Amino acid sequence: MSNIPETGRSTRVQTRLVVIQVLVLSLLATLGGRLWYLQIRQGDEYAAEASGNHVQQVVQPAPRGSILDARGVALADNETRLVVSASRTDLLKMKDDGKAVLTKLAGVLGMRPKDVMDKVRLCDAETPQPCWNGSPYQPIPVTDEATPKQALQIRERAEDFPGITAEPMAVRRYAAPGKANTGQVLGYLSPVTDEEIKKAENTDSPFLRSDQVGRSGLERQYDKALRGKAGVTRYEVDNLGRVIGEAESDPGVPGSNLVTSLDARVQRVAEYELNEAMKAARKEMDRNTNRLYEADAGAVVVMEAKTGRVVAMASNPTYDPNAWVGGISAKDYKRLTGKESNYPLLNRATQGQAAPGSIFKVVSTSAAVEAGYDFDGGYDCSSSYSVGGQVFKNFESASYGSIDLGRALELSCDTVYYRLAHQEWKKDGGNNPKNPNDYFYEAAHEFGLGKETGIDLPNEVAGRVPDREWKQKYWEANKDAWCKSGKKDGSYVERLAYEGCLEGNKMRAGDAINYSIGQGDTLVTPIQMATIYAAISNGGTLYDPSIGKAIVSPDGKDVQAITPQPHGKLPISKATLAKMDDALAGVATRGTAAWRFEGWPQDEIPMHAKTGTAEVHGKQTTSWFATYTDDYAIVMTISQGGTGSGASGPAVRNIYDALYGVSDDGKIDRKKALLPEPQAKLPAIKADGTIPAPKISKDIVKDLLPDEKASPEEEYAPIDEQQQGATTPTQNGDNRDTRRHRRRGGGRRRGAAGGSGSRRART
Amino acid sequence: MTGANSFQVSGYGPEKAGWTRVFARDGMARRLDWPILLASVALSLMGSLLVYSATRNRTELNQGDPYYFLTRHLLNTGIGLALMVGVVWLGHRALRTAVPVLYGASVFLILLVLTPLGSTINGAHSWIKLPGGFSLQPSEFVKITIILGMAMLLAARVDAGDRPHPDHRTVLQALGLATVPMLIVMLMPDLGSVMVMVIIVLGVLLASGASNRWVFGLLGAGTAGALAVWQLGILDDYQIARFAAFANPALDPAGVGYNTNQARIAIGSGGLTGSGLFEGSQTTGRFVPEQQTDFVFTVAGEELGFLGAGLIIALLGVVLWRACKIARETTDLYGTVVAAGIVAWFAFQTFENIGMTLGIMPVTGLPLPFVSYGGSSMFAVWMAVGLLQSITVQRPMSA
Repeated sequence: MSNIPETGRSTRVQTRLVVIQVLVLSLLATLGGRLWYLQIRQGDEYAAEASGNHVQQVVQPAPRGSILDARGVALADNETRLVVSASRTDLLKMKDDGKAVLTKLAGVLGMRPKDVMDKVRLCDAETPQPCWNGSPYQPIPVTDEATPKQALQIRERAEDFPGITAEPMAVRRYAAPGKANTGQVLGYLSPVTDEEIKKAENTDSPFLRSDQVGRSGLERQYDKALRGKAGVTRYEVDNLGRVIGEAESDPGVPGSNLVTSLDARVQRVAEYELNEAMKAARKEMDRNTNRLYEADAGAVVVMEAKTGRVVAMASNPTYDPNAWVGGISAKDYKRLTGKESNYPLLNRATQGQAAPGSIFKVVSTSAAVEAGYDFDGGYDCSSSYSVGGQVFKNFESASYGSIDLGRALELSCDTVYYRLAHQEWKKDGGNNPKNPNDYFYEAAHEFGLGKETGIDLPNEVAGRVPDREWKQKYWEANKDAWCKSGKKDGSYVERLAYEGCLEGNKMRAGDAINYSIGQGDTLVTPIQMATIYAAISNGGTLYDPSIGKAIVSPDGKDVQAITPQPHGKLPISKATLAKMDDALAGVATRGTAAWRFEGWPQDEIPMHAKTGTAEVHGKQTTSWFATYTDDYAIVMTISQGGTGSGASGPAVRNIYDALYGVSDDGKIDRKKALLPEPQAKLPAIKADGTIPAPKISKDIVKDLLPDEKASPEEEYAPIDEQQQGATTPTQNGDNRDTRRHRRRGGGRRRGAAGGSGSRRART
Repeated sequence: MTGANSFQVSGYGPEKAGWTRVFARDGMARRLDWPILLASVALSLMGSLLVYSATRNRTELNQGDPYYFLTRHLLNTGIGLALMVGVVWLGHRALRTAVPVLYGASVFLILLVLTPLGSTINGAHSWIKLPGGFSLQPSEFVKITIILGMAMLLAARVDAGDRPHPDHRTVLQALGLATVPMLIVMLMPDLGSVMVMVIIVLGVLLASGASNRWVFGLLGAGTAGALAVWQLGILDDYQIARFAAFANPALDPAGVGYNTNQARIAIGSGGLTGSGLFEGSQTTGRFVPEQQTDFVFTVAGEELGFLGAGLIIALLGVVLWRACKIARETTDLYGTVVAAGIVAWFAFQTFENIGMTLGIMPVTGLPLPFVSYGGSSMFAVWMAVGLLQSITVQRPMSA
């Protein structure tokens, strides 16, 4: 500070000036430090916040892919409807909560103002339908059936209709081609939940508020592929939300199409026949209960025997999947999920389980051979079999003397199996088991029972093999309740509980004996039995049943085939299998199912069958019918429906007739055959990615059944929507053009396409 | 500009000013403090770019001309430079005699603001609308006249050699001189300017060598005054809300906390190098209000990043450092006090303005010297630079 003397000033001033300077510098340093902290230390956080600040996303929902049958007929697709929606947030900003606007809107739509207002109110405990049970921030659809004129009126006078939009929207449609409903297999969609949105937030396929999600069936199983990816356009906006530029955008990817192995025509026949069989059963008197059969539920599976692919799968009671489109009403929901309707949403082919009855005997036969019994040996088919004072009767107390296992299958002789199972039970140590072999239970596991088949449908149930392990677990879970309610000299149920309490964890002789003929605690699903009978047909390979055949990208360029996967081999030697095959053919020609296959061209199309009638305590018997040819396996069941061949027989026969074109007199008319051999190839995919669908008549059943045959003009009447391309790659007005074009070119293509489809169309 | 004219009292300049004399050895140009001048010019030019970036697509402000604010800022800078030259020409010593007139004129102007001639911008009734779209903020000039007036009173007897330090009477007179305009500005109410003036008074008193009692007394009085203002409800609701938002920035981010929040997002998102000039999304998206004036620093923070924003702080540091040096090295107390007052003024305004954008100071409407758009502020700071230059030019050459 050489200047101090020069300035001749007091040190007080000089010191204070230094203080000022230091103060000033420290203030600047503070600013610099804080700047560093904000920009360098926390810079990333603020950068993220800034981008959230000024980027707005506009979402273009991706059109959902179609679900097609094996020939390309759309089972589920989209249709464009004009949807008029009201934004509650906008309406509530108005002085009268939007009443005036809604009244005006009602005038345009030709609705009553009250109805419109009811539709946009929010549901709560006191509000009856109609009301909106979705997010209040989402535009609420007032109608999805607006005419173009109405939509135009609303759009052109947007200033008169603040908060109201009229836009074409893709709406899911379950077209039921040829009246094939396919409800439970297709599944349904419902709006995405907040929880799901949150969960999928940071995945590669996040949900949008407006998204529909597959909730069951194929819609759920293949949801990700079908849903596609919504396009997102990001706009840079200013503080008032005005667009000032476009940021990077993700183009949308329309959902892929799912080609299934289903055949809409066979599906229709299966559904129809199942329903007819159940209707017929309800007219039959049950001699055990002296009531008419209830036939409360049923299922039928038509499977390609060599691949495990499902050609048709019907479940009854059923419902119209279109009930879910555009939001299900509370009334419909209650009906579909209620006990009164007997849960039509359940797919009883994969989710219904019952004791198999005698169709289980293929398992027991193979177990017996495994245990060392000669297939061709002699086994006593007596009228009854007694164990410790308990008498197990043959079905209808028939007696056939000494027969081999093949004949036992053919005649469904219970006592043969009782005896074998009892002997094995004793060998395993009886009531004091020592390293039991449990051949009969092991065989069931090896046949794939007691666990899911792996079909590409959600929520398949596993069924149950009541082996020792299960008995122990079941007893542990229930013994407290049993011991509480059991009485030694009480009612039947009380006595059962009493016994269960004492030794419910033990495998008793009666258990093993009942089990050998598919009665008792065993539970199987129709799809499991179809898988087993298909395996017997194809030489022993158990396939994961599959419905999805290929996922085809919307442009048709990427075809991702789904090949059938085997999950096991039947534990039977080739020789035994051949003998069993013979025996099952005998069932269809001489045995319990013969009366149902009268006149069947057995030489051309060898038919194999096994009937089953399972007893359920307190209920009527379950009808089972398991059949196969070289190409197909068909398994049908009707709960409380009566005997196997009695209730299910005609229906299964009719399905085979339709598949192969067999008439009642046994003649094969290839022209009438729907699918004499399984559809191996995928449908043709055009260059633009569309998959042309063959013509399908309005209701195939009417063509097949002469007595119910409709008038010819109805049969051949051109049905516009059924000639449409199965897939519509664009969602805009192109639809109409495509349709017109299709109609014009229809005749030419019919000639060129050849194939089974065109044959069908000409019949 | 019209206001600026009132400072150019004729008859006090040198008779003749040849360029030869200016650039001669020992001439004015050689004695100018070039770092201050260059830093100030650099700040003004940077300011013009930032103001341009903030306003080029704001049609509601720039009347359809994207260059409206750019050209005006450059024009203001030019006028500011001219004013600086004028002040240097006249010399701070020569101006000393005119201080009573200048002081009187500036007080008259701020009184005018309180009449119907004044207009309100952002809650502060501190503007005079002039014809032709111009407006004047006289409180900017009052800052200078307070410095000059106080310095004149406090240094008079010391520079005359009568006393080593100003006596109590003189200090009282000086305080009285400062208090009158401060009260008027408080009535506007332009609290930010009052705060600057309080800091200026403190700086001036410190540099004048007034006794510690005055310094600490004033500090105490200032604190008490602030408390009184708070308690007596002199503050408007919006001012209280600003303080509340400062204390808790997360409070009501769409309302009172909006400015600070958006300002911090803008600066924070800039990172090291920024998004590039004219590329800032916060800036182009107009998320930060008053971005060409009080929040101009956010443009630098977002678009130029830590390097650019740091440069602004560094350039202001150069100005302040050199101003401190001038205060220390000048021989007369008058020059010292004037320089110190300017340091206090610039330092506080810089700290408050940048501090509020960084969220470490409450929001008040104070411009960033040289950088913020605004004629009155620009002219005032350039005149202050002129005063600093004059002090250094007229200092006897050492050696």
